[in-house]
Amino acid sequence: MSTTPVPSGSMPVSIEIEVRSRDLFGFFATVDHKRIGLMYMMLALFFFIAGGFEALLMRIQLAWPRNTFLNPDTYNQTFTMHGTTMIFLVVMPILLGTAIYFVPLMIGTTDMAFPRLNAFGFWVLLFGGLLLYYSYFAGGAPDAGWFSYTPLSEKPFSLHSGMDYWALSLLAIGTGSIATGLNLIATILTMRAPGMSMRRLPLFVWMVLVNSHLIVFAFPALNAALVGLLFDRQLNAHFFRAFGGGQPILWQHFFWNFGHPEVYIMILPAWGMISEVIPVFSRKPIFGYAYVAASTVAIGLLSFGVWAHHMFAVGLGHPWDLAMSATSMLIGVPTGVKIFNWIATMWHGSIRLTTSMLFAIAFLIQFTMGGLSGILFAFAPIDWKLTDTYFVVAHLHYVLFGGTMFAVFAGIYYWYPKMTGKLLSERLGRWHFWTMVLGFNATFLVQHVLGVAGMPRRVYTYPDLPGWGILNAISSIGVLILGVGMLVFFWNMIYTAHHGEAAGDNPWDAWTLEWATASPPPPYNFLMIPPIRSRRPLWDLNHPGEEDWRQHE
Amino acid sequence: MPNTAFSPVSVYGAGITHLFQIGLVMCYCILALVAVLVITATIKYRYRPGNEHAPQIHGNKWAERTWTVIPLLLLASMFSLTAITTKSSDPYVPRTHPDLIVIGHQWWWEFRYPNSGAVTSYEVHMPVGSRMATRIESDDVIHDFSVMQFGRKMDAIPGYPNYMWIDPANVGTYPGFCNEYCGDEHAWMQFRVIVQRRNDFEAWERHEASPAAMPVTDQEKYGARLFQQDSCASCHQIRGTDAKADVGPDLTHLAERKAIGSGVLTNTSEHLFAWLKNPQTIKPGVHMPDMQLNDTDTHALVAYLESLK
Repeated sequence: MSTTPVPSGSMPVSIEIEVRSRDLFGFFATVDHKRIGLMYMMLALFFFIAGGFEALLMRIQLAWPRNTFLNPDTYNQTFTMHGTTMIFLVVMPILLGTAIYFVPLMIGTTDMAFPRLNAFGFWVLLFGGLLLYYSYFAGGAPDAGWFSYTPLSEKPFSLHSGMDYWALSLLAIGTGSIATGLNLIATILTMRAPGMSMRRLPLFVWMVLVNSHLIVFAFPALNAALVGLLFDRQLNAHFFRAFGGGQPILWQHFFWNFGHPEVYIMILPAWGMISEVIPVFSRKPIFGYAYVAASTVAIGLLSFGVWAHHMFAVGLGHPWDLAMSATSMLIGVPTGVKIFNWIATMWHGSIRLTTSMLFAIAFLIQFTMGGLSGILFAFAPIDWKLTDTYFVVAHLHYVLFGGTMFAVFAGIYYWYPKMTGKLLSERLGRWHFWTMVLGFNATFLVQHVLGVAGMPRRVYTYPDLPGWGILNAISSIGVLILGVGMLVFFWNMIYTAHHGEAAGDNPWDAWTLEWATASPPPPYNFLMIPPIRSRRPLWDLNHPGEEDWRQHE
Repeated sequence: MPNTAFSPVSVYGAGITHLFQIGLVMCYCILALVAVLVITATIKYRYRPGNEHAPQIHGNKWAERTWTVIPLLLLASMFSLTAITTKSSDPYVPRTHPDLIVIGHQWWWEFRYPNSGAVTSYEVHMPVGSRMATRIESDDVIHDFSVMQFGRKMDAIPGYPNYMWIDPANVGTYPGFCNEYCGDEHAWMQFRVIVQRRNDFEAWERHEASPAAMPVTDQEKYGARLFQQDSCASCHQIRGTDAKADVGPDLTHLAERKAIGSGVLTNTSEHLFAWLKNPQTIKPGVHMPDMQLNDTDTHALVAYLESLK
């Protein structure tokens, strides 16, 4: 399919040296953005197994009322580790890894702006992940939730060292993320190929750019709070301890000042993936490019002004509640703009229902459901009813699993051929897709009902009230289906890595620059970059006379 | 399912439920629109003979304006409804003389009636049709006082008391939960709200404020002596006796309550016996230790506690 001209020529000497270092040490000592990106993704998949296993344990415990499979302390450690793992060691790494792998390719350059800083970011992340799990061997895992509200996370309420490992590990992960965020900003702003103006950036790169700013501005709030918490725990300080004159609610302000932008850190690059996948498989350019990019910037800015909607039950007073209610609702507008632009991109298209596109379509509906239940929480009085019930669990999983993870699967089916040179099996892909849709909705749809019935979050068991047992049982069965789906996915990746159909340079006839080089790309990325005169350089190359730049630039 | 957010038993709660229903209708409409558009596009514009080539459309500024402005107007109207409900469902509470003080502890709720001096735990009684000015406090970590069929829930924060109105409108018994994660036994930090006619409530309150019944039988007397001597009194209060501690729940009228351990077991002799033998097997992590009691002493304590009507 591809007609990308790659003229043969002699390589510069320095590049040949890089190519030769293919031993194991060379792999791990690499500063090549593609290998580092792959290591991020492998780390994320590894911890996805860990976090998924924790989810399975929780759903076994909750499968019926008054189950005694896990004791309360173990359950509390498990949900704390599940949340922390999925957020910091799965979703963020898979999104950052994809960004690190593809941003330099999509903007037509050889590597990140600071390759060593890039490697630093990964190794610090790995260190943070290992530190977090080492807590199991050092007296017990953290057990105060991924949000670790004070004073529950303080001494004397959490005496073993789990909380200290949690704080240190997130400090490491946060520091690495800030480094990577700065690196991505510098790369996107300064390393673009000639002709790749900001108005021609692929939308994935736009989303990563906004996302990186969120990381750089949000994580310092978390790091400051973590240092305060460590001071309280280790040096007997009183930042957040009510009984020493501290302010337990201050922790919540710090945490959600980080935590809400973090929610967008976990979705923006996923939106970027959707914004690449839907146009390519609809055979149309993205509808309303400028609006999709601008709405992302708007969401990025607004995300710093909504944090107290996590704190409506705290009793901050009506002025706070209503201000945060207004800003939170406002975020719905640019989010809706994106959804409608994606649908408009499909409209009048010639839609190829590949597995990647199926995941993107399911994303549209499931993410809309998560977004809409989120809007309900922006209505402060509804939040007063439903916060900290299973309605929130359903909401956040519709956003992060039905949304982000489905987009990530769309992205993996889309880019796996570029990264490995092999196409994932579409047949296994269908099995993967339908088990995920069934398992995901079975697990989380019923949780809305449990929330409205008043089942609290973070309980290790529950009384046998009418309907609670059966709904929880359905939810637990859903997790088993999800587990089967993930096994199919892993088998698909392993099998096709050896036996898959060769992908070629551009199996989807896509239009952005990463498809203008070999699959997998050589260490130097490009021998020659095609002329960039529009947002779709490869379209222009393959459609003489119908180039984008003739139409709209 | 009974006891959901859709069956409010308070005027404030009904106002919030009304807003919730309006919000849900809005959400269902938007979801239906998006789902229909996505599925229509998927089917209608699927690649097939005759639809190999898509027109290269880059956008339409009127379409963009439409789906920016309409949601904006919709949300602006929703915000005004939110603002009205916020005001009407959670009016200002004077900070002096609350009718009810709710105190969260790991992992039980204490209810104090300052006007009568009544103190109880697990079961909070309220007169129907009243408006209770309620102060919510915490003794340790952050908890959250939540009854799905009433109005708002409210965090119990150490050092920073919160205030809200509770307005029970229907006679009945309603489940309540701690809604803020508070440690090991967050799951068993439940309570029940018993809404009664005013006469019944006043009778209950008078009784609850009165000192404990004196032990009658020999076994009860032995149990009472054990209670005072064998450490129970270091944590629990039984009004009218020397036991005045307030680390654990007030037991003055324990026998009147339907459950023990904040809902983990019903209040029967067998369950009390099992609880006293070792509370850690029933509610792991609970701050009440295994007192290593022998069977005779345990039976005596059960007899005494069951006499506390």
